[in-house]
Amino acid sequence: MSFDVPDDNRYRESHEWVSTEPPHRVGITEFAQDELGDVVFVELPDVGDTVAAGEEFGVVESIKAVSDLYAPVSGEVTAVNDDLFDAPELVNDDPFGDGWMLEVEPSDDGFDALLSPEEYRDQTA
Amino acid sequence: MNYDQARYGDDERNEPLLSEKRAAEVDPGEGSALPDELTRDSLELPAPSEPELARHYTRLSQMNWSVDSGPYPLGSCTMKYNPTFTETVAADPNAAVHPDRDPETVQGTLELLYGLQEYLADIGGMDAVTLQPPAGAAGEFTGITVAKAYHERNGNDRSEVIVPASAHGTNFATAAMAGYDVVELPSGEDGRVDVEALEAAVSDDTAALMLTNPNTVGLFERDIVEIADIVHRAGGLLYYDGANLNALLGRARPGDMGFDIMHYNVHKTFATPHGGGGPGAGPVGVVSELAEFLPRPRVREADDGDYELFDPARSIGKVHGFAGNWLVLVKAYAYIHRLGDEGLLDASAKAVLNANYLAERVAFDVPYGPFHHEFAATAGDRDAADVAKAMLDYGVHPPTTKWPEMVPEAMLTEPTEAESRASLDDLAAAFNAAAADSEGALADAPRKTAARRIDQTSAARDPRLSWHALADAGSTADE
Repeated sequence: MSFDVPDDNRYRESHEWVSTEPPHRVGITEFAQDELGDVVFVELPDVGDTVAAGEEFGVVESIKAVSDLYAPVSGEVTAVNDDLFDAPELVNDDPFGDGWMLEVEPSDDGFDALLSPEEYRDQTA
Repeated sequence: MNYDQARYGDDERNEPLLSEKRAAEVDPGEGSALPDELTRDSLELPAPSEPELARHYTRLSQMNWSVDSGPYPLGSCTMKYNPTFTETVAADPNAAVHPDRDPETVQGTLELLYGLQEYLADIGGMDAVTLQPPAGAAGEFTGITVAKAYHERNGNDRSEVIVPASAHGTNFATAAMAGYDVVELPSGEDGRVDVEALEAAVSDDTAALMLTNPNTVGLFERDIVEIADIVHRAGGLLYYDGANLNALLGRARPGDMGFDIMHYNVHKTFATPHGGGGPGAGPVGVVSELAEFLPRPRVREADDGDYELFDPARSIGKVHGFAGNWLVLVKAYAYIHRLGDEGLLDASAKAVLNANYLAERVAFDVPYGPFHHEFAATAGDRDAADVAKAMLDYGVHPPTTKWPEMVPEAMLTEPTEAESRASLDDLAAAFNAAAADSEGALADAPRKTAARRIDQTSAARDPRLSWHALADAGSTADE
C-alpha cells in the first residue's frame, strides 16, 4: 500500500509534515496515522508558544501507543486546530487537511534541513 | 480445557442491570431539613428480593475472570493466588481494632506492624521500612519524594530522574509527579541497561535512577554493581521498583546490589489481593542514611520491650492515614510468616521454573533471555491483541500484550509459582491453538466470551465514566 505524500510539504523522519507556503501548517503523515491506528487524543501547545525544530511540541495518543510529536521547524505557534480535541479522528480521516495540528510562523529558514517529498516517500516505501 | 466463562441470559445482554430486574416507587417522606431544591417528591429504586440480589452479584462474579477461576498469566502483574488463610487471619476480631488508640492498648497491632517492617527490611536488604503508602505507585512517589528531601537536605538542587525506556509507566509518572525531568535511557541490544549510555546520561543533575531487576522482560541486570557505582559516583540514588521482586525472593536482595530505596508490591510478591483501586499497600524500604526522611509515624521497639510510634526526624510527612491500610498489611504479614524462609525460597524457584517450562512449550519466539519469572514472547507477524482475544476462546486469561515495546507484538507472560504442571500445559495449549488459528479466525475472536470485541476506540474517544452516562447513551432501564 502506498501512502499519500503531498508535494507542497517538507517532512521529518519522525513523520511530521510542514507546508512550505504560508500559513505553515504542521501535522502527521498518512503513513504515521496508519501506523498509530485510531487516534483518541491529541495534546497541543497554546497559541503564542514557541516550538523548536526537532523538539517535542505535543503528544498524540492512539489505541496502540502514546507518541511525542516533534516540530519540523522553529517558530511561534499562530494557530492550533481546536477541532482535534473533540474529534481526534480527523487525524486519521484527513491527516494533510482537516487533521492539521498547528500553524507556525517560522523564525528561520529551517525547511532545507527537512526531507523532500521524494526522500520521505523513499523512507516509507 | 475447562475454564469457561459463565454466561447468563441471551447473547446480546447477559445479566441485566439491577434496576432492570425490578424497580419500585419509594416514598421519600416529608419534613426533610434540606432545602426544597435538593429534595424530590418521588424516587424509583431497584427493589430485588434478597435471593434476586444474591444471584445478581454471584452471576456477575462468575462472569468475571479471577485467579480463583483459572490461570492469569498477566506479565509484570504477578497474579498470585491469594491464599484463604490470609483472609481468615484478617477476619479475626483482633484484627478489627481501630488504629487510632493509645499505643498501650494496641501492642499486638504495633508488634505485627513492627514485625512486617523487619521482615520487609530483611527481604530487601534495607535498613528501615515504612508501611504507610497505600499502593505500589504511591510507594514509588513516597520513595522519590524521600530522595528529593535527601538531596535538598544536602543542598543539592538536582533536576533529573533517569528511567529505562522499558520501565513500568508508573516510573515516568512518579518522577514527573515529584517535579523531576525524566531522562529516558535506551535499552542495550541485549535488552539490559546500556552501561555506556548510562555513563553518558548521569550528571550533577541526576537525582536517581529507577530500575527494576529482573527487568520488564525478565532479564537480570548483570551489571547492577557497576550501574550502582555509576549512579553513586554522580551523587545520585538508586531506586528499586519492587514489581519483579518475586523472581529474587530469598535469593538476592536489592540492598546488596547497591539500591538505596525500594518499594514492595505486597499484592504481587506477598499474595495480597490486587486491589482494583481498593485498599492496597506499597511499603518503602531505604538505607540508613535515608531513614530520617520516611513518612511518620513508624513503629519501633522501646527500651522496655513495648512497641511505640515515633516520627522520623526529617520526615516528609504523612502519605496516608495511620500506619497505612492495616488489613492488607495483616495479609502480607500472614503470608510471609506462614511461608517462612523455605517457603519464600520455594516461591521464587517455582516462579522462575514455571515461566521457563511454559516458554519451552509455547510456539512463539522469545527474543530475550535467559529470563526469570516472566518472558516476553513475540506474536511475530500476528497482532498480539488478536492472539490474546483468541486465547480467551480457549478458556484462559491471556498475557499482557504489546508491552514492553522493545519486543515487537509482545506477549509478556508470568504464570507465577501458583500454577501446576497440568495448568501450565493447558496454558501452552491455548497459546498454541491461537498460534495455529487463521488470520480470519483471529480477527473474529473472541467468539465464546460473554462480551465479544470491545470498541476500544469509542471507549477512549467518548468515555462514559458514571451511571449518568448510561442515560446519555440511551441504554436505561426504561428501554
